[in-house]
Amino acid sequence: MSLGPAEVAKIAYLARLAIRDEDVPAYARNLSAILELVAQMNAADTTGVTPMAHPLDMAQRLRPDTVSEPDQRAAFQAIAPRVEAGLYLVPKVIE
Amino acid sequence: MSLVPLSLTAEKNPWSTSLDSIAMHEKTIAQLSAGLAAGEFSSEELTDAFLERVRRYNPQLNAFITLTAETALAQARAADERRQRGEAGPLTGIPIAHKDIFCTEGVRTSCGSRMLDRFISPYNATVVDKLNAAGAVMLGKTNMDEFAMGSSSETSFYGPVCNPWDLDTVPGGSSGGSAAAVAARLAPGATGTDTGGSIRQPAAMCGITGLKPTYGRVSRWGMIAYASSLDQGGPMARTAEDCALLLGAMAGFDPRDSTSVDRPVPDYTAQLDRPLNGLKIGLPKEYFGEGLDGAVAQTVETAMAEYRKLGAETVEISLPNSQLAIPAYYVIAPAECSSNLARFDGVRYGHRCENPKDLLDLYTRSRGEGFGPEVTRRILVGTFALSAGYYDAYYLKAQQIRRLISDDFQRAFEQVDVIAGPTSPTVAFRLGEKVDDPITMYLSDIYTIAVNLAGLPGLSLPVGFVSELPVGLQFIANYFAEDRLLNVAHRYQQVTDWHLRTPLAFA
Repeated sequence: MSLGPAEVAKIAYLARLAIRDEDVPAYARNLSAILELVAQMNAADTTGVTPMAHPLDMAQRLRPDTVSEPDQRAAFQAIAPRVEAGLYLVPKVIE
Repeated sequence: MSLVPLSLTAEKNPWSTSLDSIAMHEKTIAQLSAGLAAGEFSSEELTDAFLERVRRYNPQLNAFITLTAETALAQARAADERRQRGEAGPLTGIPIAHKDIFCTEGVRTSCGSRMLDRFISPYNATVVDKLNAAGAVMLGKTNMDEFAMGSSSETSFYGPVCNPWDLDTVPGGSSGGSAAAVAARLAPGATGTDTGGSIRQPAAMCGITGLKPTYGRVSRWGMIAYASSLDQGGPMARTAEDCALLLGAMAGFDPRDSTSVDRPVPDYTAQLDRPLNGLKIGLPKEYFGEGLDGAVAQTVETAMAEYRKLGAETVEISLPNSQLAIPAYYVIAPAECSSNLARFDGVRYGHRCENPKDLLDLYTRSRGEGFGPEVTRRILVGTFALSAGYYDAYYLKAQQIRRLISDDFQRAFEQVDVIAGPTSPTVAFRLGEKVDDPITMYLSDIYTIAVNLAGLPGLSLPVGFVSELPVGLQFIANYFAEDRLLNVAHRYQQVTDWHLRTPLAFA
């Protein structure tokens, strides 16, 4: 599978990643090479093989639905790019 | 060696260095621990000596991103007081370095990325908490490939790390800063993380010992996520014995990591001296084929001859799906990374672009500016593999191959106790040699990646040199057999001295 510049631009949009126009051809080339490497998987017959999501085949552990973390809003917001009155600021979304 | 008890409140002992035939920085953690216990030196003196080495040598190596000298000395003084109270353990007062992927409260945790260049973590990773509780002293945070994506430590926002054995070569990656720091004796031990070989491959290239534990053995909480079904933290040090001491403090159940395994932590030093008589070592024929440097193969074979002298038996085995490990990894790891790194949105923490015109612009430019090219590549591959219509062909197929690879290992462990082979197909390559060619770079992890896919423990230890650069031997064991791996490495280190060699420029 090979990807062209338009496809790279579409994937970059899905990933919410700005890529400079001049870098798109190089990404297209590299990504195509990676997908070519990945295509070696097709040589394997995996009919009926159960996919392995967890190396120890364990189920996700659940915890009781209770409050376990203290309120650390001030500590977390201290490292935020922009906050005001305990809220994270972003550009206006709704006019 | 005669000992002069050193009162911790007294002036610096004028004899402490002259009494000592081996310089402090040349000692292993076990030796330093004995020295602290005997009062030959204090943790403060020891910490000061290592901080001095970091200041002197780091400009050549770029192994550290952040040096935490003040907190290190405060931790060292606290460790000395703890020892006076009779509450010291084997790691109390031992200086170590943390890979900059582990969150450290109040200290920048950059993950080698511009994205987190100004990120001061509000909390400690569980591994950091556990090592703090053991009394270890943090010297600083080590350099690494950006978000642990790389095999050469060249993708860091802070510039490449140099290999202490030859400053024109890479130290391996992604835990290259930790490996270089230990190899150059800037720290007696360090933490690392391993998603596809990132502890073992740099350990091999820098001539030290590194262990990737069984998936779930060490908590991932506070360890910045790359590929969550593969990531595992582990120790890097000069000897297997030191790795045993560090792992004993790092391992254990953590309710805050839902993939942490609730299983008692053994004393990893207890089995170190077990004789190797009758040990069956499997040599996968796929690990000795095309792509392996001939001199590296020869070095590994010489090490196997040493193991036979120690009473082990070597047999050829087959891991028939080995060649599928890299293709499957480069679907699974990017898919999980694209999901994990979606959290970096320029809103709550991390890099934010200047003057965003709207929310989409804020997201795309913050991420585009914050991530370097290799991270970008992997996010894009993962986004593509998980996009509508491609899931079955890529992610599902890769997970099925993961099962085949895991089954190969389980069949092998019916015949043998451990599996051995080269850690990496070559010794350290030159800086810049592979950085623009991702596929060639990926092949550096050809023997390590399958271990992560299966979730098994793996260890690399130094077994010789080719062109004056270290060669690593990898051992793989079944789940939770870290003690066996450490035992197998320790016995070899009792009869060889590769692990004691120090790069000339840093002796």
